Amino acid sequence: MAREASKGHKAAVTVLAWGVALLIFFPILWTFLTSFKTEGEAINSHPSFLFFDWTLENYETVNQRSDYLAHFWNSVVISVGSTVLGLIIAVPAAWSMAFVPGKRTKDILMWMLSTKMLPAVGVLVPIYLLARDAGLLDTKTGLVIVLTMVNLPIIVWMLYTYFKEIPGEILEAARMDGATLSSEILYVLTPMAVPGIASTLLLNVILAWNESFWTLNLTAASAAPLTAFIASYSSPEGLFYAKLSAASTMAIAPIMILGWFSQKQLVRGLTFGAVK
Amino acid sequence: MATQASRIAGRLMLSPAVVLLFLWMIVPLGMTIYFSFLRFNLLMPGTEEFTGFENYSYFFTDPAFWPALVNTLTLVLGVLVITVVGGVALAVLLDQPMWGQGIVRILVIAPFFVMPSVSALVWKNMLMNPVNGLFAALARALGLQPIDFFASAPLASITAIVAWQWLPFATLILFTAMQSLDREQMEAAEMDGAGPIWRFVHLTLPHLMRAMTVVVLIQTIFLLSVFAEILVTTNGGPGTASTTLTFLVYMQSMLQFDVGLGSAGGIVAVILANIVAIFLMRMIGKNLEA
Repeated sequence: MAREASKGHKAAVTVLAWGVALLIFFPILWTFLTSFKTEGEAINSHPSFLFFDWTLENYETVNQRSDYLAHFWNSVVISVGSTVLGLIIAVPAAWSMAFVPGKRTKDILMWMLSTKMLPAVGVLVPIYLLARDAGLLDTKTGLVIVLTMVNLPIIVWMLYTYFKEIPGEILEAARMDGATLSSEILYVLTPMAVPGIASTLLLNVILAWNESFWTLNLTAASAAPLTAFIASYSSPEGLFYAKLSAASTMAIAPIMILGWFSQKQLVRGLTFGAVK
Repeated sequence: MATQASRIAGRLMLSPAVVLLFLWMIVPLGMTIYFSFLRFNLLMPGTEEFTGFENYSYFFTDPAFWPALVNTLTLVLGVLVITVVGGVALAVLLDQPMWGQGIVRILVIAPFFVMPSVSALVWKNMLMNPVNGLFAALARALGLQPIDFFASAPLASITAIVAWQWLPFATLILFTAMQSLDREQMEAAEMDGAGPIWRFVHLTLPHLMRAMTVVVLIQTIFLLSVFAEILVTTNGGPGTASTTLTFLVYMQSMLQFDVGLGSAGGIVAVILANIVAIFLMRMIGKNLEA
């Protein structure tokens, strides 16, 4: 009897949860479906959900506009470049704070976090002027530098929380066996740190890919990543729903797939370890 | 324990990150403060002069300032209420036994990964457009008059879009916090005849309190900087109906090239964000000791 009730409960919860989930997901699903419609079908006043003539022509059109691929490439270079550069700076820093903590380690960590609290608009003008004077406006290099600095505190923090979980005894054991500092890092730490570094990499590529304040303000045309390119669809091209949908689908698909793999790291990275 | 050599090595490894972040913070911030006391317009180079607090008094008396401040707070509060209430409800729902929980979670989290310009454009054109949008089609099918969302309720429309983007974040964090809820205590309360509402109010909510605080603080930091959603949908209008502080500073410095005025506004935004940040830092700092 009790089992029956709980099965009924489970069925009710399942229906409700799927309903809500589909509602939340709907705008994305709708964009995905519209990307396979013709422009006429896309603005049909009696929209059809699945029963239309599926076509790939929007993807062809969008890809033939070679600038789409250029902007896609900009997004890849900027997000991966800034993440890798950030890791190169952050890995040694997080390593030293996790394994050779000093009196001020905690203060340094908190201070790094505080730089993240500075609203971007507070430093918009100086960064813009500095980039302009250095000839870095509308260049990938400029954006890589800016996004590296924007995300550096998050990278350091994530790595720190991962490194903290590597047991220190292992290092001491290695030292007892006569391992030097470099072999300690290479053979003992690195293998244990790889999963944490990979998660950090993943989350930061996602954050940098979607970053929309600096990418919109510091680029004009040649270095604009997808965030800026799609924003330029605002009007009147945005009224071509099918092409807009195809461009949007291609812009968000790679990152959404990466994102689904990084759900757990997301919580940890974005709450700076406050919720695990 | 740690040898002298490893301590020095540690210091060397830490310094690039510290030095770079320090420069990144202090140089632009110092420049913003300096600019905020200058008459400085990019269209009139060479006319810079010290003006004291003139930019600040201009900024505070700008007819757009109060609407922008009110809009900022409305947007932030609106999104916070929707995402925290919705997030708690979803976290409790997702925590129940069900079929296909993994897929449900994937669907709910998805909007967080959509870049702001895409979600703003999709909502503006494909859903909320008064002629060709899906909501208009639905309204017509029900025999209602389609609503021109961005003309009649611009700020509410932007709030809806931003809330849609951040609901997954709140849900994900609250759901993660649900995992550490004491199940035995729950069952004991159930055995004692406590109803689901009593258990929710007295056990679940207090347990989620901490995670809710974290959600509120972190979202506030990000929400104060909402930009692309406004740029793509309303451009701050009609009038100042959807202009926030961030957008106002952007307009003054990037569109009117008034660097001095924009910098003064930037400093005001920094002070506002700092008030939130102090609370957030205290929470995370406590966690670091635990």
